Amino acid sequence: MEKWADNKAWFLVLPVFVVVAFSAIIPLMTVVNYSLQDIFGPGNAVFVGTEWFKEMLTDTRLHDALGRQFIFSSLVLMIEIPLGILIALAMPKKGWGASASLVTLAIPLLIPWNVIGTIWIIFTRPDIGLFGVGINSLNLLDVPFDHTARPSYAWVTLMAMEVWHWTPLVALLCYAGLRAIPEAYYQAAKIDGASSWAVFRYIQLPKMRGVLTIAILLRWMDSFLIYAEPFALTGGGPGNSTTFLSIYLVKLATGQFDLGPAAAFSLIYFLIVLLFCFIFYQALLNVGKGEKTS
Amino acid sequence: MRFEWMYWTVPTAIFFITIFLMIAGMLVWELVSPTVERRGFLKIPTTRGTRFFVGLLGTAYIHLAWLGLTDFNLWFALPISAVWIFIVMRWG
Repeated sequence: MEKWADNKAWFLVLPVFVVVAFSAIIPLMTVVNYSLQDIFGPGNAVFVGTEWFKEMLTDTRLHDALGRQFIFSSLVLMIEIPLGILIALAMPKKGWGASASLVTLAIPLLIPWNVIGTIWIIFTRPDIGLFGVGINSLNLLDVPFDHTARPSYAWVTLMAMEVWHWTPLVALLCYAGLRAIPEAYYQAAKIDGASSWAVFRYIQLPKMRGVLTIAILLRWMDSFLIYAEPFALTGGGPGNSTTFLSIYLVKLATGQFDLGPAAAFSLIYFLIVLLFCFIFYQALLNVGKGEKTS
Repeated sequence: MRFEWMYWTVPTAIFFITIFLMIAGMLVWELVSPTVERRGFLKIPTTRGTRFFVGLLGTAYIHLAWLGLTDFNLWFALPISAVWIFIVMRWG
């Protein structure tokens, strides 16, 4: 019965609850209201039931955007996670090299997201950009490189930008995980004559499990919600080839001002994100528990 | 306080009142008999609140699937969802 004594502590959560109510719950309720109505103007709305949901669920452009989003986020994870681990393993462990590489790695993380898009537009321009001019001077491509010329070029540019932007985060997390491993583990491995692969497989990788789960979670969610960088770089083009969910949503909501369909879309998007959040959250909660039993 | 900008309708009001009543009911239930964490067919340790969340999330997906995949009346999805919530709450 002692646990009842602590229940007053819940009142300390009240300020956060009020903030969340105003920043998330009330807007979300408004979106739910919007999603069931056709809004022509202020004070002029007609109840349409679930029509917008039906329209959005059968909208092939939404299906395409969703498919693109999954491909993009999966590719991002497949590149960034191994690359981040490799960088973390290669980084100096102490001395000025460690500080220098940490600062260098942190630079992309400090740049505003739309500025990153602009940097990469200039970087990949075929007339003045270092990357664009460089790759075209090799004469390897049948169509000269220009990130607006072909969907595949736009994707390559976008992936390169995303990897450049966010691999440092994965590397920093892994680096922190690696530094937390006590020296005794390495000494034991040395005595046993373990190969560097065995050290990685049986010491470093298991010990990085926690930070890797966080890294995968963060990168999946962030890349799933990506907006500013592709908006600045390609604007969703050429055609619709880089139109991800949030870009399509903004086109719908503020471009065409279809508030009803956009609201229905937002709720579907929200439910997908909520499902992934739940799965990742459970994975994160249980990440330590598996180690104890094994 | 003016709420015109929120564009309230009777169905959405009923929807949110139901949700809040369910959450309030969960609170009362918790006070009457505190939950015990256990493992069910979801294979993860769940409390009553977790199962309730899974139940509601599943309900949303059932309704979306019904709407997107069939042309029948959406009300048919409601009893299916109720059964789903019951299954998750009981054996989840």
